[in-house]
Amino acid sequence: MSIFINKNTRIITQGITGKTGQFHTEKCQEYANGKECFVAGVNPKKAGESIFNIPIYASVKEAAAETGATVSVIYVPPPGAAAAIWEAVEADLDLAICITEGIPVRDMLILRNKMKEKEAKGGKKTLLLGPNCPGLITPDEVKIGIMPGHIHRKGRIGVVSRSGTLTYEAVGQLTEIGLGQSSAVGIGGDPINGLKHIDVMKAFNDDPDTDAVIMIGEIGGPDEAEAAQWCKANMKKPIVGFIAGVTAPAGKRMGHAGALISGGADTADAKLAIMEECGFKVTRNPSEMAKLLKAML
Amino acid sequence: MKIHEYQGKQLLKKFGVTVPRGIHCTTVDDAVKAAETLGGKVWVVKAQIHAGGRGKGGGVKVATSLEKVREYAGQILGMQLVTHQTGPEGQKVRHLLIEEGADIKHEYYVAALTDRATQSVAIMASYEGGMDIEEVAHKTPEKIVKVFVNPLVGLTDEQALTLAKGMGMNEASIPQCVDTLKKLYTCYMETDASLAEINPLIHEGDGTVKALDAKFNFDSNALYRQEEIVAMRDLDEEDADEIEASKFDLAYISLDGNIGCLVNGAGLAMATMDTIKLFGAEPANFLDVGGGATTEKVTEAFKIMLKNPKVKGILVNIFGGIMKCDTIATGVVAAARETHLSVPLVVRMKGTNEDMGKQILKDSGLPIISADSMAEAATKIVAAVK
Repeated sequence: MSIFINKNTRIITQGITGKTGQFHTEKCQEYANGKECFVAGVNPKKAGESIFNIPIYASVKEAAAETGATVSVIYVPPPGAAAAIWEAVEADLDLAICITEGIPVRDMLILRNKMKEKEAKGGKKTLLLGPNCPGLITPDEVKIGIMPGHIHRKGRIGVVSRSGTLTYEAVGQLTEIGLGQSSAVGIGGDPINGLKHIDVMKAFNDDPDTDAVIMIGEIGGPDEAEAAQWCKANMKKPIVGFIAGVTAPAGKRMGHAGALISGGADTADAKLAIMEECGFKVTRNPSEMAKLLKAML
Repeated sequence: MKIHEYQGKQLLKKFGVTVPRGIHCTTVDDAVKAAETLGGKVWVVKAQIHAGGRGKGGGVKVATSLEKVREYAGQILGMQLVTHQTGPEGQKVRHLLIEEGADIKHEYYVAALTDRATQSVAIMASYEGGMDIEEVAHKTPEKIVKVFVNPLVGLTDEQALTLAKGMGMNEASIPQCVDTLKKLYTCYMETDASLAEINPLIHEGDGTVKALDAKFNFDSNALYRQEEIVAMRDLDEEDADEIEASKFDLAYISLDGNIGCLVNGAGLAMATMDTIKLFGAEPANFLDVGGGATTEKVTEAFKIMLKNPKVKGILVNIFGGIMKCDTIATGVVAAARETHLSVPLVVRMKGTNEDMGKQILKDSGLPIISADSMAEAATKIVAAVK
């Protein structure tokens, strides 16, 4: 088992014909069951053609109907990315993963409210991962996104983080000391996004094949604190927590649009304190995340 | 991206919000002419810098004669204005706004910003305008009234009325206040703002509601479709090194410490800075080289870091994924040679082609210190600069 995706997942790639989409689709195909999992691409102008033996369809709806795919990954450039996500939602997919970095916040605000409106009216709920995220991976089964596949090992530890390279850091440490991963999820560095820490923690809690979790956060926003409060009441598995940005100054955007201290409650220190209070084993030394977790098993 | 008050007021005016009549100028003579053109007996001479807290720093003065306008404009133009937001070195004043005086009966606060938790636009208002709103929020949070606007619906009349009443707006001015709030919301959305703050919003003796200040921040992701906003950018107000870095697609922020860091990924970059602090030193900068770091990019990153005279050592931390360690190593060696690097350099590389990368560093003959973990890298660079 794993969360959200496994070797039976069938995937549509939106933006498959762009440079980034092509590059990563090839890497994803090469990883584990990638050749079976990536079944469709979308580009209205190139419908009927194929790329890397993947047929291209005119729309997500058509691609889903033809192939039975339930998940899509999006590499569409920022101006059209929110519309691409909406297309996946309108096609009633289970999960849309948006890798694109740099989508205007207003577009995401409108999109997220349209998604909520659809659900409120009884429409199918499509989960969104990202935007501005590395994607997610279930080692030895399927990788959807831009993470380096070879650093992962199959195992029983979950990893969730906003940042891409910090996810790789945690995964690399785990693999090095012999702990494999059930799934590793990058939720992205944007202020308005889909799945949050709390949603991923819930999924790891419900996954019988996940024994413990490393949860990594950043300065800015209320998400980590919210997840910690939920974990305090519900989580049955040990958690190691780290928050990046103890040294980040207030009022400066630290690379990620979402990594910005705006008040007293979203500093790294404040989040670390809440996580500790909620039963996490927190560390201020990101080099010892995996070591700490091993000691808790 | 931030803009000046006079530009913010132009935007508000364009969206129908009442602002005082005012003229932007850059010389003392023009300041006096502006006052003459405006007429009246009272003028406000306002320093235009991006930082807040200008009044307390002596950057805002009320003049009751043209001579006084000349005197104050002369004092303020060219001064290093120090506020709680500029740092001790202050910010040079290059622009003035000359405004007609206002008949202030009460000062209120209003602001629009994106709320992450509810994924909506929050509009906040308070009776306690003119002061530091963070202090109000901290000491008397009940004095701030908030509504959350669904962007699919917009700010409703009911919500705007809740705000106007909640902020204790002068009874006779409530209809205009409701209208002002709705226009502020429209302005916020249409300009892709991330913050629009009016502090203070006032009502005058005749009941008129006016914006006496305007502070805006814009979503940098949306600038490609906001030509009018981009044209308002004032590079003099921004950090020269950060602008230089952005030309090479590097995210750079200068800090106060003495260890330069070059990292791929924003989260890992912050974690590296934190590790440096944990081991007893302070980072000199945040620098994310991003996903596709070429030799050229790494060299530029080194140049920008080394411009800072405080830098006594450099820590490079790369987690090679798509970006391979051997590519980065080649870039680091070239950059160290081109910049004639004379400070200690510690490199930590992990991931794709890690061994090849390490070999390249070793074969370069340069005194590069290698490390396996972030903690080891931080320990070594902290020791090297002491």
